[in-house]
Amino acid sequence: MALTGVEIFKLLPKTNCKKCGQPTCLAFAMKLAQRQASLDQCPDVSEEAKQKLGEASAPPIRPITLGAGAKAVKLGEETVLFRHEKKFVNPCAFAVKIEDTLSESEIGKKLDEVLTSEIDRVGQKLRVDAVFLSNDSGDPAKLEALAKLTAQKAPDVPVIISTKNPEAAGAALSHFSGKNAILYGADADNMSGMAEKAKAAKAALGIAAKNLDEVPDLTEKAKGLGIEDILIDSGARKAGEILRDNTYIRRAALKKGVKSVGYPVMNFAVREDQLLESLVAGLAVEKYGSVVVIGLVQKWKNLALFSLRQNIYTDPQVPMQVQQKIYKIGEPGPKAPFLITTNFSLTYFIVSGEIENCKVPCRLAVMDSEGLSVLTAWAAGKFTASKIAQFITESGIEGELEEKEIIIPGYVAILSGAIEDKLPGWKITVGPREANGLPAFLKARA
Amino acid sequence: MPFTPPKESYNGKIFELGLGSGEKAVAVGGENVLSFHGFEGSTPRKPVVAFEIQDIAPDDWPQTVKDVYKDVYLDPVTWALHCQDKLGAEAIALRLVGTHPDKGDISAEQAAETVKKVLAAIKVPLIILGSNHAEKDTAVLVKVAEAAKGSNCAIGKAQEANYKTVAAAAMANDLKLIAMSELDINLSKQLNILITQMGFDREKLLTDPMCSALSYGLEYTYSVMERIKLAALAQNDPVLQPPMLADVGMYVWKVKETQAAESDLPEWGDLAQRGIAWEAVTASSFLVSGADLLILRHPAAVEAVKKFIAEMEG
Ligand code: B12
Ligand code: SF4
Repeated sequence: MALTGVEIFKLLPKTNCKKCGQPTCLAFAMKLAQRQASLDQCPDVSEEAKQKLGEASAPPIRPITLGAGAKAVKLGEETVLFRHEKKFVNPCAFAVKIEDTLSESEIGKKLDEVLTSEIDRVGQKLRVDAVFLSNDSGDPAKLEALAKLTAQKAPDVPVIISTKNPEAAGAALSHFSGKNAILYGADADNMSGMAEKAKAAKAALGIAAKNLDEVPDLTEKAKGLGIEDILIDSGARKAGEILRDNTYIRRAALKKGVKSVGYPVMNFAVREDQLLESLVAGLAVEKYGSVVVIGLVQKWKNLALFSLRQNIYTDPQVPMQVQQKIYKIGEPGPKAPFLITTNFSLTYFIVSGEIENCKVPCRLAVMDSEGLSVLTAWAAGKFTASKIAQFITESGIEGELEEKEIIIPGYVAILSGAIEDKLPGWKITVGPREANGLPAFLKARA
Repeated sequence: MPFTPPKESYNGKIFELGLGSGEKAVAVGGENVLSFHGFEGSTPRKPVVAFEIQDIAPDDWPQTVKDVYKDVYLDPVTWALHCQDKLGAEAIALRLVGTHPDKGDISAEQAAETVKKVLAAIKVPLIILGSNHAEKDTAVLVKVAEAAKGSNCAIGKAQEANYKTVAAAAMANDLKLIAMSELDINLSKQLNILITQMGFDREKLLTDPMCSALSYGLEYTYSVMERIKLAALAQNDPVLQPPMLADVGMYVWKVKETQAAESDLPEWGDLAQRGIAWEAVTASSFLVSGADLLILRHPAAVEAVKKFIAEMEG
């Protein structure tokens, strides 16, 4: 259970020496309670206090790193139940299941699909994050062969190894040393063997509970064996069970401070029906999954799931933004139309998408409006005539254009006179209101 | 040490709202917990999925969804019967786009005729939607409401700009009313208050907090819905207790992801599947965040969403 500021204060030196950067020990205690400071900022704290506070000040859902290097992903560390309260922290990772019963060429094909799954989306690079190597054969040699092939062909891709057999686990894990793999499949029967293998390989341990009731027992057991990084599978398989268990686990960890369930959760969405699989994986993204295992890599499915995850994990307070600059779409010559919009990702993405669609090369000035849409920015005083004029002048774009003409969004037609006043020599043209009017508008001018 | 599930119970409850009459009548709402949280409370009604049809042949639907209805979309009655009899629709949403000044400007009287014909032909409940032109909708929905008197259908949408007339029409003809505001819990609340202050029974309302498509603002609708549902349940705020509608199809089938050819964007994969997935993922997200009633276009998306509902309930 998290400690209150006053409880923490009792454990501090109470000298008010300010070395932590806070005016008093009490102020520092309050910061700690709100998780806005870390204990090591106080140099004089006693060992005893460290131990007590370390437990209490650990995040309610333990962070785990899956994989190493550029493709590593962080799991866990969530702080809220609903995204409107605060940004969800570490996006749910997509792991593709690869069975060790597949032929070498089938495995190779799946690995290739994972490796080429990256898509650029509203300025972020998104991809299938990990592979889930599954010992369906029950044969340790087959699992090891799969592990070896994966380590060769996709050395940077984070790996989850799934088996119930500690021997098989050890052999497979040996191909991923230093790679922060996860060993999944620890249950009441194999716990000590699995924990040993995970520890030896410095891998996190995924527990495979039969039901939610069994989860705390298994995590406590693993902890007792010296395992710190744990991933929970509560045994939920149907969508309704996933929602129930994930909700109970997240609530227990955050609201009741139940340490034995304070770990990231893994869900299974693999379905024969790919469309249904997309919806179940979507549920895991929305409702507290940290890893979701899917069956096949399919481009249309990836695009939908990546987009959903991006939406759910955006900061509700700070909208997604793109960089302020003048973007070239196609290869615009000096006569190409010049348009302006705001830097809300959604706005930029829609407008640039429409321009790309109609294949008329353009320059699109994207002005920093703190990530607000055109009308919202206008209403908030961030997309005003003087700000637009200043941005255009400072951009130096004038020199690139044959005619000084700027096309503004139809919704802010009202600004046209004021911009004209502030940008002498420029012609201000009011474009269509909706971006989907742009193709016709631009083609008519061409 | 067994796990003690931290259950939540709330004081509030979503109103149960019936649509249609006879054997095929449906009801939504009635839950006293968050969506699909039957494990800690009561969720007596499953969400309902309505098929969208239009009074005129669709001209702005992408080919992949237009093709599905190409043999039936020239006549709204044929289209409605196709959805009911062949596709197993539980409800039908008739959008009167043809009344929009830019889309043919069909008169209110003519729209009322269409509604009468469709109502006479189908057994499942009908949801009647204007063209979303606030001014024209005032005229159209008044006539249409008269035509639908006694059918227990829902009409909409009442918005800030036209709610007085639209709500009065629904009230006079004993219909359910969809109240739409723009992605803000306070605006939703305010509109529902204004409507009930006219004497409209709040238990006959459906709240539409405004939909959006996956990747085009989904997170706004998603969170507004969660906030509305939490306020309805946890704060027992009766103004926010009407069931929620997500009018998904019209937002989804205009975005690039449901239209762009695979040949132009190979990394986006198969267009037909992508479009269906776009609609189904958007729809199922809103079921999770709180919608009780959905309006969808593609039968394959409806089917997927129904399977999802079955798995969530099962
Ligand atoms: C979501 C939203 C918000 C979000 C912000 C989202 C964001 N990142 O911007 C939040 C909740 C924070 C918000 C806040 C506010 N909002 Co607000 N908001 C909206 C809402 C519902 C959607 C906006 C949106 O995302 N649109 C989608 C984007 C893509 O649209 P867009 O940028 O305009 O781009 C389109 C066109 O303009 C065009 N286009 C864009 N660029 C270009 C360029 C060219 C050259 C051309 C030709 C076309 C073009 O193409 C795009 C697609 O068609 C609108 C209502 C609505 N449905 O529009 C109100 C709305 C914009 N908000 C409004 C207001 C007043 C505000 C607030 C001042 C107060 C309030 N009511 O909450 C604050 C201000 C914020 C602040 N920091 O002070 C009003 C503006 C009124 C007006 N006409 O001036 C609106 C219209 C709602 C209303 N009817 O009251 N808002
Ligand atoms: S550094 Fe430690 S002892 Fe000094 S004021 Fe901060 S908390 Fe107190």
